[in-house]
Amino acid sequence: MELTGADIVIRSLKDEGVEFIFGYPGGAVLHIYDAIYAQDEVKHILVRHEQGATHAADGYARSTGKPGVVLVTSGPGATNAVTGIATAYMDSIPMVVLTGQVNTDLIGNDAFQEVDSVGITRPCVKHNFLVKNVKDLALTIKKAFYIATTGRPGPVVVDIPKDITAHKTEYEYPEKVTMRSYNPTIKGHTSQIKRAMDLIIGAKKPMIYTGGGVVLGNGSEALIEFTRALNYPITNTLMGLGAYPASDKQFLGMLGMHGTYEANMSMHHCDVLIAIGARFDDRVTGNIDKFCPDAKIIHVDIDPSSISKNVKVDVPIVGDVAQVLAEFLGILKESPDRPDEAAIKQWWNQIEEWRSAACLKFDTSGEFIKPQHVLSELYKITEGNAYVTSDVGQHQMWAAQFYGFDKPRQWINSGGLGTMGFGLPAAMGVQLAHPDGTVCCVTGEASIQMCIQELATCKQYDLPLKIILLNNRYMGMVRQWQEFFYEKRYSQSYMETLPDFVKLAESFGHVGMKIEKPGDVENALKEGLGMKDKLVFMNFVTDQAENVYPMIPAGAGLNEMILV
Amino acid sequence: MRHIISILMENESGALSRVAGLFSARGYNIESLAVAPTEDATISRMTLVTRGSDEIIEQITKQLNKCVDVIKLIDLTEGEHIEREMMLIKVKATGELREEIKRLSDIFNARIIDVTETTYTIEWTGEGTKSDAFIEALGSTTILETVRTGVSGISRGEKCLRI
Ligand SMILES: Cc1ncc(C[n+]2csc(CCOP(=O)(O)OP(=O)(O)O)c2C)c(N)n1
Repeated sequence: MELTGADIVIRSLKDEGVEFIFGYPGGAVLHIYDAIYAQDEVKHILVRHEQGATHAADGYARSTGKPGVVLVTSGPGATNAVTGIATAYMDSIPMVVLTGQVNTDLIGNDAFQEVDSVGITRPCVKHNFLVKNVKDLALTIKKAFYIATTGRPGPVVVDIPKDITAHKTEYEYPEKVTMRSYNPTIKGHTSQIKRAMDLIIGAKKPMIYTGGGVVLGNGSEALIEFTRALNYPITNTLMGLGAYPASDKQFLGMLGMHGTYEANMSMHHCDVLIAIGARFDDRVTGNIDKFCPDAKIIHVDIDPSSISKNVKVDVPIVGDVAQVLAEFLGILKESPDRPDEAAIKQWWNQIEEWRSAACLKFDTSGEFIKPQHVLSELYKITEGNAYVTSDVGQHQMWAAQFYGFDKPRQWINSGGLGTMGFGLPAAMGVQLAHPDGTVCCVTGEASIQMCIQELATCKQYDLPLKIILLNNRYMGMVRQWQEFFYEKRYSQSYMETLPDFVKLAESFGHVGMKIEKPGDVENALKEGLGMKDKLVFMNFVTDQAENVYPMIPAGAGLNEMILV
Repeated sequence: MRHIISILMENESGALSRVAGLFSARGYNIESLAVAPTEDATISRMTLVTRGSDEIIEQITKQLNKCVDVIKLIDLTEGEHIEREMMLIKVKATGELREEIKRLSDIFNARIIDVTETTYTIEWTGEGTKSDAFIEALGSTTILETVRTGVSGISRGEKCLRI
């Protein structure tokens, strides 16, 4: 039977197993919205701003491993989506974004609501397509999902002109697709894996450093087995938290600019660095010239272009992290060689000494609520089982430091692009994917205002998020840098007029709470989290002067942290 | 070092801008770029000349390989290869200059392919690195127009870049 392009779009999504489309209608996609109206298998979530749609799809993807799907109209719909597309691109999140386009014969004419969506998104997508013939539509959508979800994942944009959605053709969704120009490498090179394993077993001061790639590649189980078998210390990047249980003794916490002292010192002094699914980001390495001066570096990554990009690597291994880890384990099981126990013990003694500096301690005696206190209480009360999304700023770092993530896909934040406004819509996607889960959005009073309109979406779909606002009346992270590096000239970082967040939450039909005393934190959290079926907006008025410690100042090495 | 990278890619509308965009976004330089379809009309072959340290060239080839439209590529300068560039130059040719330019063209194996009372148009083909020498020999005062195709190249012997 012949179907219209619009029906083909929806049928393709259904056949791809898509549960939710996060979208916003407009002229160029009206045919597609008509096709949505006619069915109820693929559920459409109406956001209040296209940026919200992309972040929600992204949160859905990060928490499930399945691709998020977005539908927006041409022109402003597409441009509003760009921030969310770039956010997903920087963190390698699988996403398929369908953008409406003006009729094919109008393309290039500066038609109403026309933008060159393929051109605008090109630098921030894994790939993009403009569909020029309805006969190519189903295959293009199939390719989009294939590209988005394989290799190093990423967002793919499919730009669909309006006339294509009206044209008709036979529908058949391809079972499989192969592309001669796209064949991601999965299996690591055997001899490289052996070379790496020799180095790993021979190490006297080893360090395992893993990133978002282990989460994305579902390599967490293999990583745990590998790390425990060796009894080596491990650190995770901001994107990699949860891949190794934070509550485990071998875990040294996060590394990098606001990482722990023990993680950064161990990085600096190690003799063999085992980097897995991490990309040596500048927030992680500090001054690159001072990075791991004595280490032989092994780097496992699915993306060859990540290897030796920032730091020269001794043993590169291109491959799927879970598979490579399984091969490491296989070799370890068969080999008679074992790590040098005495050396490893001595290394651990050194690490414990660094750990005893207790770099994350904070003072609770003051009259103001400490943000760290709120987060440690949140961790305790939720027993470490909540999904936590965050925005960008100090609160993000504190959440990473004080909520111990034991499982992958539990910690959802914009690490690469650092997009304020991410937290709330991302939490919607997480809650839709996990209707029974506790989903907390840790945010700041500046960040939350960037996508605050999504509170209406939460009401419409009954999403009982728990918003943990750490309200310091400042763009805290900006203020911190101004305090340290601009002699306290607080240029434009004070939030002069804030809304009454309790009333604001109530006006959207939610529950609002305001907490001002340290002594009330625990009970307030219990009360708020106890309202299982309501969105509760908890406004914690926190200490304005609090800074994120420890910290590596710009230009310094990992061994040059400021402790407090 | 100067590198000549040969790329087979899908002959699709966005492919060229993807490659060009990659170079500008990452700050790599393109010295020349030549592209046209191959014997298989669905595939284009691009020859790209760039300069950079070994690390930069490694990144460039990795990033190009990552491009979904790129099917296969080689760095021709890693092995024995032949490179050619074609150039059309229109020069002022009056009086004694006419003889002089004719002689020069012969020396450089160039051909005069169009003649008017006051101009010559010269066609020259050779190694990309030599084209500057010919331009220099002509002397910039006489040159009215220079058109270069950019370098294209191929491996010597039986080595091939094909799918
Ligand atoms: C969209 C966007 N604009 C600007 C920035 C720069 N920026 C980073 S952190 C920050 C302040 C965030 O303040 P707030 O949300 O109150 O969090 P806090 O640091 O106080 O915890 C700003 C402006 C950004 N990351 N994203």
